[in-house]
Amino acid sequence: AMAAAEGSGCCLRPFSCEQGLLSRPDGSAAFLQGDTSVLAGLYGPAEVKVSKELPDRAALEVLLRPKVGLPGVAERSREQLLRQTCEAVVLGGLHPRSAVTLVLQVLSDAGSLLSCCLNAACMGLLDAGLPLSRLFCGVTCALGPDGAIVLDPTTRQEQVSAAGGSP
Amino acid sequence: MAAGSGVAAEACVGQVVLPGDVLLLPAHPDEDGEQLRLGASVAPRGRLLCGPGLRRCAAGLLVTKCGLLRHRQPSGGAAAAGGAYWVDSQQKRYVPVKGDHVIGIVTAKAGDVFKLDVGGSEQASLSYLAFEGATKRNRPNVQVGDLIYGQFLVANKDMEPEMVCIDSKGRSSGMGIIGQDGFLFKVSLGLLRKLLAPKCEVIQELSQLYPFELVLGMNGRIWVKAKTVQQTLIIVNILEACEYMTADQRKQALAKLSGH
Repeated sequence: AMAAAEGSGCCLRPFSCEQGLLSRPDGSAAFLQGDTSVLAGLYGPAEVKVSKELPDRAALEVLLRPKVGLPGVAERSREQLLRQTCEAVVLGGLHPRSAVTLVLQVLSDAGSLLSCCLNAACMGLLDAGLPLSRLFCGVTCALGPDGAIVLDPTTRQEQVSAAGGSP
Repeated sequence: MAAGSGVAAEACVGQVVLPGDVLLLPAHPDEDGEQLRLGASVAPRGRLLCGPGLRRCAAGLLVTKCGLLRHRQPSGGAAAAGGAYWVDSQQKRYVPVKGDHVIGIVTAKAGDVFKLDVGGSEQASLSYLAFEGATKRNRPNVQVGDLIYGQFLVANKDMEPEMVCIDSKGRSSGMGIIGQDGFLFKVSLGLLRKLLAPKCEVIQELSQLYPFELVLGMNGRIWVKAKTVQQTLIIVNILEACEYMTADQRKQALAKLSGH
């Protein structure tokens, strides 16, 4: 069962997505990659505190909640990367002095967490109906111990990899 | 980073388009930027309207929301020059648009101006003189928490939205304070546009069931009032469930209710 759940080489694990599953947020999406799953909730364009408002575009905020424990430094750095990605595609100039909040909750982590967060964020943005200039996605790549590239690695493959990265 | 070459806009009408798609518009062979046309021209060039979900870009139209692409021919002639393109998309959050009729909730009275919550990113303002027959001596009786049905006079991304409860001729034409009782609830904007379509089946079938009063606001808010609380709640539940029910399921549910 372990071998079947892993991707071999350039093969991604089976992935799926469900949109509009939460009733309160304006947009929501759940993205599953193998056993890794992330739930995204999007609110906006909504009222913003005067201290946070930007005069020419929407203020985008990303909150990433790990499965257990409080958010730490790793979550903060991932939040910044997600925020920069979303700011590049969302047409914030159409909603100045408003706030767009993206909340991501990690439901289970079995490798390739950052790319799963990126994909859930993109599907959440689509579900919320925010104006976007283009779409984005993420795939994690790892360099196996034998030098071969592995796409969408599991936790075990990530640990034994020589180097890893995700766009 | 650069988008690939686009697809012709006419080919995509009725299909799903995604943000980032570039739609190419038919080129006008008689268009010449250098020469000015004097005298009566053969046919005036139609103006293309770029509707919700689309923005103009260098190559043509850039899709910014996902949904179905729609097209409407201009009413003038059979020539395809002009017309309107837009994307039928679905969302829950409302963005104020000038001319939309919405239901607002009064949150504050600041001097001569009421502040209304319309579900957008900013509160809308409504002057006390913007009611039919209102003067400085004869002020409308509006309290905090009242429901107001009005239309946007000013609504753009740079200014605070302003609402009025009179039309351009000074008549109320159905707008104003919504009466006591009744039930206010929220639905998605796509369902609301479906209910506002002329000869909507849902509303016709519901009106066979019980008599009721209905106010539909473009910001996703619906106000219903029937004779009893139970009838009101039944209508609310049917309207909320309409989003995910097929026409047959809805007819079955209504048949069961009218049988009781």
